Amino acid sequence: MENLLNIFVRSIFIDNMIFAFFLGMCSFLAVSKTVKTSIGLGVAVVFVLLITIPVNFLVEKYVLRKGALIWLGSSFGDVDLSFLTFMVFIAVIAAMVQLVEMVIEKFSPSLYNSLGIFLPLIAVNCAILGAALFMQQREYESVTEATVFGVGSGIGWMLAIVSLSAIREKLRYSNVPVPLRGLGITFILTGLMAIAFMGFMGIKL
Amino acid sequence: MTNQEKEPMFSAKNLKLFTAPLGKDNPITVQVLGICSALAVTVKLKPAIVMALSVTIVTAFSNLVIAAMRKYIPDRIRIIVQLVVIATMVILVDQFLKAYIFDVSKQLSVFVGLIITNCILMGRLEAFAMANKPWPSFIDGIGNGAGYGIILVIVAFIRELLGSGTIYGYPVMEKLGVYNSGYENNGMIILPPMALILVGLIVWFQKSRDKSLADNK
Repeated sequence: MENLLNIFVRSIFIDNMIFAFFLGMCSFLAVSKTVKTSIGLGVAVVFVLLITIPVNFLVEKYVLRKGALIWLGSSFGDVDLSFLTFMVFIAVIAAMVQLVEMVIEKFSPSLYNSLGIFLPLIAVNCAILGAALFMQQREYESVTEATVFGVGSGIGWMLAIVSLSAIREKLRYSNVPVPLRGLGITFILTGLMAIAFMGFMGIKL
Repeated sequence: MTNQEKEPMFSAKNLKLFTAPLGKDNPITVQVLGICSALAVTVKLKPAIVMALSVTIVTAFSNLVIAAMRKYIPDRIRIIVQLVVIATMVILVDQFLKAYIFDVSKQLSVFVGLIITNCILMGRLEAFAMANKPWPSFIDGIGNGAGYGIILVIVAFIRELLGSGTIYGYPVMEKLGVYNSGYENNGMIILPPMALILVGLIVWFQKSRDKSLADNK
């Protein structure tokens, strides 16, 4: 339990997807103009991570890893498919996103209307593939740990995009030098926020 | 044969495809594509250069392949087709790096894999390769990869020089003897936030040089 809490807090604050690894920056910069849309995108990212990370974990454990195919019979014991990781992960993510989109459309049209336009974007969001690759690299032991990590990363990403968009909404009333407006100031703001987030470094529960 | 196909290989139009992304149409500072991986690999010059080359190669060749197939790809599943082509290229690059320069491949960790979701690739495929012939698409890919690489190398140069006092592993600061007069490396610049701020400053510099790019909202 303590271990899970540790992973959760770590993935939100210390190993924050945006401030520590710059993952998902493209949509982070493009969609963070208003708080409302960034909450929508944030929720969609958490949701997709919640589903894809456990699936990718199982795929990694039972198909890709060296010797993972042993459940098919002892002759498959030394098959190593790990070079296919990228392709399988991205295919799983794209397929899951498509599936999630269809399920939401069927059962909750209102949620679909608010998330709808963001879901296809997410398939190519680096935060999703990045989380899957980190999950593989850090060798989490169980599905639970991996899921907690996925949800935590998603929440961390959402926290970052919502707070940036809140700052950008306020920024409209400030007198920023003309060449710095738009992209430039957003980069510098993100940098400053990242410095603030570094205060969490070294925390261990 | 139409007139266009008789165009020389390095015509002015094609050359422009190559030079525009280096400055006025830079993928990172102007089109806002591919920032994700650009920042994390710029602590040292060597990984930055390897990363820039890998992205250039992947962009150029996936542009070429998609442009050659563009008439046969059904519109509805084009994203999946594009992802498969990109993923194949990235797997090739990744296996190559692992085989020949393992230490750099280790430093780049997940970021080689993340070239797949690098927005430069999807962006250029959608915006250019789906509507143009293979050869101009190939040039467009090289140009955009190089434009991305330039920013990467500038940021990495500043960060390595000020942060570790070396250039491409060569201890410049030590040879200059500045440590004796009390100079110390700036540890702050190695940390991730400074990469963001540096890119912000580059954007500022570029936009103040070229007023047409400024955001007048």
